[in-house]
Amino acid sequence: MIIPAGWEAVIGLEVHCQLSTQSKIFSGSAIAYGAAPNSQASPIDLGMPGMLPVLNVDAVKKAVTFGLSVSAKIADRSVFARKHYFYPDLPKGYQISQYELPIVYEGHLDIEMEDGTTKRIGITRAHLEEDAGKSVHEGFQKSSGIDLNRAGTPLIEIVSEPDLRTAQEAVAYLKKLHQLVVYLGICDGNMQEGSFRCDANVSVRKIGAPKFGTRTETKNVNSFRYVEKAIEYEIERQIEVIEAGGSIRQETRLFNPDTGETKAMRSKEDANDYRYFPDPDLLPVVCTQDYIDAIRKSLPELPEPKRARFVAEFGLSDYDAKTLTSSRELAAYYEAVVTASGAEAKLCANWVATDLLGALNKMSKGIEESPITAVAFAALLKRIADKTINGKIAKDVFEAMVAGEGSADEIIQAKGLVQVTDESAIIAAIDDVIAKNPQQLADYRGGKDKLYGFFVGQAMKATQGKANPDALNRLLKERLAG
Amino acid sequence: MHTLTIAQLAAGLREKKFSSRELTQHYLKRIDAFDGALNSFVTITAERALAQADAADARLAAGDAGILTGIPLGQKDIFCTQGVRTASGSKMLDSFIAPYDATIVEKLDAAGMVMLGKLNMDEFAMGSSNETSFYGPVCNPWDKTRVPGGSSGGSVACVAAGLAPVATATDTGGSIRQPAALTNLTGIKPTYGRVSRYGMIAFASSLDQAGVVARSAEDAAHVLQAMSGFDPKDSTSVERPVDDLLSGLGQSIKGLTIGLPKEYFADGMSAGVRERIEQAIATLTQLGANFKEISLPNSPLSVPTYYVVAPAEASSNLARFDGVRYGHRAEGAKSLEELYKRSRGEGFGAEVQRRIMIGTYVLSHGYYDAYYLQAQKVRRLIYDDFKRAFADGIDLVLSPTATDVAFKFGENSDDPVAMYLNDIYTIAANLAGIPAMSLPCGFVDGLPTGFQLMGNFFAEARMLNVAHQYQQATDFHQQWPTEYAS
Repeated sequence: MIIPAGWEAVIGLEVHCQLSTQSKIFSGSAIAYGAAPNSQASPIDLGMPGMLPVLNVDAVKKAVTFGLSVSAKIADRSVFARKHYFYPDLPKGYQISQYELPIVYEGHLDIEMEDGTTKRIGITRAHLEEDAGKSVHEGFQKSSGIDLNRAGTPLIEIVSEPDLRTAQEAVAYLKKLHQLVVYLGICDGNMQEGSFRCDANVSVRKIGAPKFGTRTETKNVNSFRYVEKAIEYEIERQIEVIEAGGSIRQETRLFNPDTGETKAMRSKEDANDYRYFPDPDLLPVVCTQDYIDAIRKSLPELPEPKRARFVAEFGLSDYDAKTLTSSRELAAYYEAVVTASGAEAKLCANWVATDLLGALNKMSKGIEESPITAVAFAALLKRIADKTINGKIAKDVFEAMVAGEGSADEIIQAKGLVQVTDESAIIAAIDDVIAKNPQQLADYRGGKDKLYGFFVGQAMKATQGKANPDALNRLLKERLAG
Repeated sequence: MHTLTIAQLAAGLREKKFSSRELTQHYLKRIDAFDGALNSFVTITAERALAQADAADARLAAGDAGILTGIPLGQKDIFCTQGVRTASGSKMLDSFIAPYDATIVEKLDAAGMVMLGKLNMDEFAMGSSNETSFYGPVCNPWDKTRVPGGSSGGSVACVAAGLAPVATATDTGGSIRQPAALTNLTGIKPTYGRVSRYGMIAFASSLDQAGVVARSAEDAAHVLQAMSGFDPKDSTSVERPVDDLLSGLGQSIKGLTIGLPKEYFADGMSAGVRERIEQAIATLTQLGANFKEISLPNSPLSVPTYYVVAPAEASSNLARFDGVRYGHRAEGAKSLEELYKRSRGEGFGAEVQRRIMIGTYVLSHGYYDAYYLQAQKVRRLIYDDFKRAFADGIDLVLSPTATDVAFKFGENSDDPVAMYLNDIYTIAANLAGIPAMSLPCGFVDGLPTGFQLMGNFFAEARMLNVAHQYQQATDFHQQWPTEYAS
């Protein structure tokens, strides 16, 4: 979509990111996804009388980890507040969140623009809060079910500055954020299960207008593609409304993935008065400098520094480095392959980025589900490096490994794929090919250089592909020259 | 047996003068005989009590008993008890049975105490007369036409009438001390955070604190000792060892400096109460205490501050009672909104609804700064007043507990502000978080009255020491309402 000339969109995202702690933020209940309804809901999660919240310090640690990774400030004292509204999946009648004093504030994330430049997106704040439960409307006659397994799951809500100007920028920011939280190991990033959810605030204005236009908030757009579509729809809709002489209402809208449209859910006028006030059941969260420094020391290498290191240390192209650092697991896999194989880093990069990822893609699997471990994969590359097999044969061995036929060495042994380096055997094969193709030989010698490829192919075929390619080339050239 | 102190009961159990079962049966009989008129119990747990008594007798026989083992008590119905209904004086929770015990219930069970039943109280502890209870008013054993005070009306009535040797209670703005004063008992509200709030149904979380009503400071000390301590399940409980509340009771109070805040001795209390308090001051002076007039200049702001902070927190704490998961649910609601409105409208009484509305108002957008935030600032000033006094060498502060003796039923119930002024002397301690207690200091026209001691943070032992010394020199606390003595 191209934004009409003279118009500009202003976009800010609110991202809810479930923290991958063992237990809930204020109770000891587990937070595993997909458990039987209400099997992970304790009296505390049910909001029963007299029950009190006790803060899970791991959630605090993960929030601080996030804050440090986006160069944000960490509040030495942050405060939990109660946000009140009535809904059946909100057991206490309030959500414990942070309001005036969030734990993380004033950070930023750099995104890459299409033209190769980077743009800095401000992160206003990230605060800790508990998730609500779920209302289940199917399968109950004339009533709804409430599943409180999710109630109390720790979240950080990451609020961006209104620095984004297009749907594509918004998606780039969201992807970057997603990669980051998964990298940090603070969120499983599963968007389908709702571990990483996004609300989009969108407004439009004439370029140069001093003030932002009235914004709408589109709720729960839960895939990168939907975010893009929902924002584009909103931009188009708002411009149309204004150009037709109308005005935008401040309201909450819901995206419908089936139609690609957003629809008004509630306007500002019927919005809740949340009556925030500090939660008297919880003490302020105090983060000392020592505590923050200890977390800073334990931060993993982040995607960007890792990428730069891969370029410098392994001599990879920026493209390959980006691919191989796209997830922490993939990068670790690649590094393990390089170390274990002793093969050239670039060769390893080609094999991991192209062959392995291609195969995994076909199986719709992630690197962590790879049927070939890094060590097993390294054994294959070792055989290429030590010239036991050539690259072409290696592809067959790889296929067999994917199919679960055994280790690289087992397959090479079983199929008799060891590379032929015995020069007399190669010469015999070449001579046989030349003898059988006198016309092609004459044409080649007459100047048809292109036929060289024909002879390579025939000779390779005669050795069942096992000839050492370097030796074959050298010897073939000699024989063809006569 | 019911006139014995805890120490005497414990000795009797060890000397096999009576068993815990016999003691328990004695109290159950008295409850049966007297409580129909008093209405101090909402639930009597005779079977559970006898089972606990038998277990206590076994511990006593095995030599594995503490001072409280085998001693009966009443539990205020604000503390959740696993398997026994906990209603907090409300229709909302008339059918609520918690699947857990409050920490203090667990602790007193572990000490071997025998729970006779659950005690009546103002609905969600909101009241100063026990007239807001869904289970009906509680009568004052000293005069059944008068209120016992509130919100711990059941707790004081049952102990004053000898239906239990001791009872738990809670205090958000005076709910232990005011009823103790009105029924000739000793009641102590410890420092905020000293006793766990886990399993105690919240009224105003930053003010609520559990404590004890007993027939003497020594009895109160025994039970408070067992209730106190850090609880990892309550983030506001304080991680600090519990002082020995008993070993210092016999200490002389010579040289102790007690502050008399002039603001508390201005107009407000009745002439009879003033005369009794002055007599108490004279007695303490004879015991060697020095008195000094002090000023707590912000104390006149206590009541308005409290009636912003407490309803604000209450409106939030009571939001969970929505008829969805437990508690009262309106029948035949046609929409979610109707379900909420009717369940809450039917389940909560008038006083609770009034406080929810006040609380909702003061937290509303546009009013928050003027009310809630302002109240928090004043609360800080009230705290600073006490801090300054204690820093200036004041060991304890003495004041009236209540403005007058127990009033008649209905006397204040049409005027919420008059009712709220019942807590005028007691609220500041809750706002400041400091410990405070009330103890008997005589009678006005045959009705008991008491005075209040307030101490610095964690000064419970010192306060109880002064109270005990006073009780060694006086016998007001040993007086019984005639009907219940024998």
